[in-house]
Amino acid sequence: MPKWFSPAAILCGLMFVVSPVLIARAPDEAAMGMVYKIYYYHMPSAWMFLLAPLVCGVSSAFFLARGRPEDDRRAWAAAELTVLFGALTLITGPLWARRAWGTWWVWDARLTSSLVGWMIGWAYLILRRYGGPGSDKLAAGVALFGAANVPFIYISVNYWRTIHPPTTVVPRLPVDMGVPLWFCVFAFLLLFILLMTMRLRLEVARARLDALYVAHDE
Amino acid sequence: MSPGAHQSAGALDFAVVTLEEVSRSFGRRRALSRVSARAAQGEILGVLGPNGAGKSTLIGILATLLRPTAGRVRYGDAAADAGAELRARIGVLGHDLFLYPELTARENLEFFAGLHAVDDPRAAAHDALKRAGLDARADDPVSSFSRGMRQRVALERALIHRPRLVLLDEPFTGLDDASASALVARLRGLRESGAIVIVATHDLELAEQLLDHALFLREGRPAASIPRPGRLRAVYQEVMTNPPDGARS
Amino acid sequence: MTGPAPAPPSGSRFARSVWLVLRKDLTVEVRSGEIAYTTLFFAVSCVLIFAFALVKEGRAPEGGAAGILWIAILFASTLALGRGFERERQAETLRALLLAPVPRPAIYVGKLLGIVALLIAAEAVLLPLVAFLFTARLFAHPFWLAGIVLTCTVGLASVGTLFAAMLVRARSRDMLLPVLLYPVVVPVIIAGVQGTAALLQPTVDLEIVRFWLLLLVTFDVVFVVLALWTFEAVMSD
Repeated sequence: MPKWFSPAAILCGLMFVVSPVLIARAPDEAAMGMVYKIYYYHMPSAWMFLLAPLVCGVSSAFFLARGRPEDDRRAWAAAELTVLFGALTLITGPLWARRAWGTWWVWDARLTSSLVGWMIGWAYLILRRYGGPGSDKLAAGVALFGAANVPFIYISVNYWRTIHPPTTVVPRLPVDMGVPLWFCVFAFLLLFILLMTMRLRLEVARARLDALYVAHDE
Repeated sequence: MSPGAHQSAGALDFAVVTLEEVSRSFGRRRALSRVSARAAQGEILGVLGPNGAGKSTLIGILATLLRPTAGRVRYGDAAADAGAELRARIGVLGHDLFLYPELTARENLEFFAGLHAVDDPRAAAHDALKRAGLDARADDPVSSFSRGMRQRVALERALIHRPRLVLLDEPFTGLDDASASALVARLRGLRESGAIVIVATHDLELAEQLLDHALFLREGRPAASIPRPGRLRAVYQEVMTNPPDGARS
Repeated sequence: MTGPAPAPPSGSRFARSVWLVLRKDLTVEVRSGEIAYTTLFFAVSCVLIFAFALVKEGRAPEGGAAGILWIAILFASTLALGRGFERERQAETLRALLLAPVPRPAIYVGKLLGIVALLIAAEAVLLPLVAFLFTARLFAHPFWLAGIVLTCTVGLASVGTLFAAMLVRARSRDMLLPVLLYPVVVPVIIAGVQGTAALLQPTVDLEIVRFWLLLLVTFDVVFVVLALWTFEAVMSD
């Protein structure tokens, strides 16, 4: 592990421990009272859930173009983080929705697009696990198609929803709820980087092990 | 086929195929380990070894279907990623014959001739069918052919664009004596006309009649490389029972 | 007799290769009929099953006809793609195609057109069937319908052909194709269903239809181009 890893991990841990304190101190929102505070974890998760597939798609494109294993490893790690942060987002979201509007799920553009994007992340992982040899290139193709699909998914779901009367209204929260939000965003970003680093190290070690096996065989 | 029949203006051509320390692994499994070899025009190189020795992998690499994980292949001066131009000069007869069972022999040949940009696919297919002695069955679907007949069609398919490099993977499998002799004669004919022929096989008796040079593989490693091998079975036994210590000539 | 002629200009070479692959696929299919008949029968069964499941008191759910149609087409195309490439796996003929000195994207386009032709043949039966079973006025605006159906089919086939080709040598390929394909074609399905449903309304709002058609055309263009670029990379080892 690189030198900065342990201090960063400790910092990240501390930030997560401290965050509930900051969140509790934040002002209550007018309509929903305390309930909305899960938003402080939901928003950063959602942003990481947007970052991860971007990393995955770009790395996959580079992998297909250049064929370097580092790009493939980064894409795989990013796909796993897509599923992880997607799960967090899709759990915290409905928890909030249930308390705020009395319903677990709403077929609005963002939620539905997120769900589809999350499924593409799963599809990537299933392919890597069960596809056998050569599935690194195939998965890169899927990631690329998935990434290119994002605008189409969003536009189609958006238009699909607007021609149906909305069942509930998703309220607009002011994005600048100040210090607690940015604190949590930073904590999540740090977590993202730490997890990514750990995962990449695992793959590098695996590749080294394979190379050792092969060299031993000579 | 006359000497010089392989000359063509403007297309990539080569007189020698060289393998330089070619290795190929699949994850942890080492399929080929630092194989070096050379085959020139008018020569038949045999790749011999038991099942799992890496013969098919080697043929795959020579055919540009697989990339080596280390080392390289050179076709004359050109490297292996010369693309379509290079593929136009290679003909492959694989383990699985590459024929569409629902199509007739004629249609199979015309299709592949067309893909390889042969001048007159219909005429070429016609000639190929004659050479294979399958004129009478030309319009029957390949699925109704015996293994030997299919092999003959597949061989013609591999050769229809008159490739410089001919690769054959276990071509004698399932052939009766007559077909096998015919194949040996055909390969000799190819050698006369200046092709480079590389045959992977574990049929030693037939190989004996053919080879100018023999490369023995064992568990992916080159066990021996012997020019003008005679009494192949004896040589084979000797090579395979001794522990590998690099290539001996 | 000389060896291969100097290469003709690459554009016509591409077109010629596409034509050869397409013609070969159509010949094989016409001769055996296996994929065409089984796909069609499967699609019809799908429609019937959905009808039994969803029809209440003799009436289909609102807008159900369009949904049922496109689900049946999606399922049927998955089978057709799987089976079509399974054929290339036996006797490893896909490898022979890759060995030929044809531009690799031409193989993709040839296969794509073959699948599209097959699906359109199936749709020619399914559309009247759905119109009949659900008393849907599908053919009131035939050109718009043709546009939606064609672009949607191309959308499904463009992604499906690439994924099916990619999976030819993978393990678990039968299961993996739907797993990979369905999330990626969500926009196509939404557009196809909504576009078709819009055409079934008592008063058709052509603006809506136009929107979905435009989305589908854009999707098709983007993804066919993407597939052409990726095909070479994913097919080489």
